[in-house]
Amino acid sequence: MLAVKGLRVSVAGTEILRGVDLTVKAGEVHAIMGPNGSGKSTLTQALAGHPAYTVTAGTATYDGKDLFALKPEERAREGVFLAFQYPVEIRGITNSYFLRSAVNAVRKHRGQEELDPLDFLQVLEAKLKEIGWDDTLMNRPVNEGFSGGEKKRNEILQLAVLEPRLALLDETDSGLDIDALKTVANAVNKLRAPDRSFVIVTHYQRLLNFITPDVVHVLADGRIVKSGGPELAHELEAKGYDWLRTGALVS
Amino acid sequence: MTSIEAHVQQPYKYGFVTDIESEVVPAGLNEDVIRLISAKKGEPEWMLEWRLKAYRNWLKMSEPHWPNVKYGPIDYQAISYYAAPKKLPKLDSLDQVDPKLVATFEKLGIPIEEQKRLTGVAVDAVFDSVSVATTFQAELAKFGVIFCPISQAIREHPALVQKYLGTVVPHNDNYFAALNTAVFTDGSFVYVPKGVRCPLELSTYFRINASSTGQFERTLIIADEGSYVSYLEGCSAPMRDEHQLHAAVVELVALERATIKYSTIQNWYPGDEEGKGGIYNFVTKRGKCAGANSKISWTQVETGSAITWKYPGCILQGDNSIGEFYSVAVTSHKQQADTGTKMIHLGKNTRSTIVSKGISAGRGQNTYRGLVKIMKGAEGARNYSQCDSMLIGDKCGAHTFPYIDVRNNSAIMEHEASTSKIGEDQIFYLRQRGLSAEDAVSMIVNGFCKEVFKELPMEFAVEATRLLGISLEGSVG
Repeated sequence: MLAVKGLRVSVAGTEILRGVDLTVKAGEVHAIMGPNGSGKSTLTQALAGHPAYTVTAGTATYDGKDLFALKPEERAREGVFLAFQYPVEIRGITNSYFLRSAVNAVRKHRGQEELDPLDFLQVLEAKLKEIGWDDTLMNRPVNEGFSGGEKKRNEILQLAVLEPRLALLDETDSGLDIDALKTVANAVNKLRAPDRSFVIVTHYQRLLNFITPDVVHVLADGRIVKSGGPELAHELEAKGYDWLRTGALVS
Repeated sequence: MTSIEAHVQQPYKYGFVTDIESEVVPAGLNEDVIRLISAKKGEPEWMLEWRLKAYRNWLKMSEPHWPNVKYGPIDYQAISYYAAPKKLPKLDSLDQVDPKLVATFEKLGIPIEEQKRLTGVAVDAVFDSVSVATTFQAELAKFGVIFCPISQAIREHPALVQKYLGTVVPHNDNYFAALNTAVFTDGSFVYVPKGVRCPLELSTYFRINASSTGQFERTLIIADEGSYVSYLEGCSAPMRDEHQLHAAVVELVALERATIKYSTIQNWYPGDEEGKGGIYNFVTKRGKCAGANSKISWTQVETGSAITWKYPGCILQGDNSIGEFYSVAVTSHKQQADTGTKMIHLGKNTRSTIVSKGISAGRGQNTYRGLVKIMKGAEGARNYSQCDSMLIGDKCGAHTFPYIDVRNNSAIMEHEASTSKIGEDQIFYLRQRGLSAEDAVSMIVNGFCKEVFKELPMEFAVEATRLLGISLEGSVG
């Protein structure tokens, strides 16, 4: 699904990622953990194509395609989805109109017929039912006046409706209380599928109590310094990150 | 950000010139020119006298320089004050309209031929200094609605014109209004009789074609007791290196329980990227809610002109009368706009609402200037003002000058203002959901202007959003 090799990324002239290798197979859930400032968010932003993140070296192959040759919107239409850590507000545009525009951009790209508002409403209702949510957010302007939890929930709802093949979750758990965290995690679990992969960036292990990853990676100082199974997350919870950072420096 | 800016700064699509034989009066302004204009229009003596009075006042006045705009001196003697196509139709007979004129308006999306007319909209088409066609006049007459060029109204409905012309904007109101009064050539006249809901949208399209001329339109709309009318004006001009002056006066009078909805889609040539050429749009628009429970609502979408200077306002004289102003003003390249409104509360329980959206891109400068004045007798008056500015790029400017003058303690005033910038993160968020950069900008701008666009008549809301190069949000959802 995704193969990243030797990825180096700079932001405003400062190198953040210093050679990241990452292979994610179809249907797998990978967790990227690491201390603040290690480059976790940078990895997801660079994969999604944020113009402020400059790829200086390395490759990323997604579904056999050179990811970095595609514009951000082309990556999105090909099925790469980023759940933002800080979703932006859009005044005067309702969530349902925004989401329909996004769905239709993807459908158009796939050569499918665009959905009219009524068709879209049916698709939306089915999705909401699938993840067990109501539609209270749909007629409000995109993220405007949303609480932190509502914003994160809205990101996962978009994920559900857009049906990506590669979902990147950037600290979706940050700022959530335990109930909101469970709600979001349950929705993600329901969206796991054999042809859908997840890369979940998180600072804390607690999200992984609810979403069991296939692989856990530790990112420190711009490199993946350790990879392992779900048990690695528990080890990090107990020991913190410092032992790995030292190790990284020695190696 | 360059793709965002490029998207906002689209090429001007209406810049063509119609090659047509015109009669153009030599440049210059004096009493003889005014007499000539008056004679060409076949005006009665009182009208000529009024023009001359305005001219003599104008000579003593000086050009206002308080607006937040910069431009070189205007040579009023270098402008021709009258230009008209030579082959003009006789009244009510469109068959004789020069095919070139018909084609010109069709190209502008304003078909005036019988079989191609817009449904539900009656159009008065003004080309330089004359009206060349007014559609659906006979159909409107069945309802007692008068919709005709103002020059025709002066000849055929002198009592109505004399009763109301100059009562809202006096001949010496300001420098450009005085100039307009002296030299105005054409524009529209509307009278809606008591209790009549005008069955069609009324619309005037102004086209400047001749070079080195000015256009001085004059419009007067009277809504008699309990009537309703919705009126829209549009305009455009060829691309020229010279600046051309457009100094209009619009007067609205709403009698008891009458409602006038006046919408403008202003798309005069804005000049090129370096600010060469473009129209100076110096306009006085004012409505008087003369009767109790009357309402005047201004909606404007200002995308054109090198410089815009206009403050459509309402004099809320009748008790319980309502004034509204909804505005979207866009300045890109080197365009400058100083626009806003004046709400003068005289009657009891009068209410006014102001919603202004300024969008600045390129090196554009956008100023909101608004006055809310609550007079002593305006017991229980209310005003709500909202001024939002959006910046695209970092070389443009947004300025807000709200003036408030309250002389009655019972007044309730609310004012909200915001400034935002379309940022890379906002664009990226939308692109990450599959929208192109252009569609992303469209969606953000559209959402920003939504409160104003929803005030436009449906037919023109589409036109307005298209003008901004943005797609209209679905009416469902």
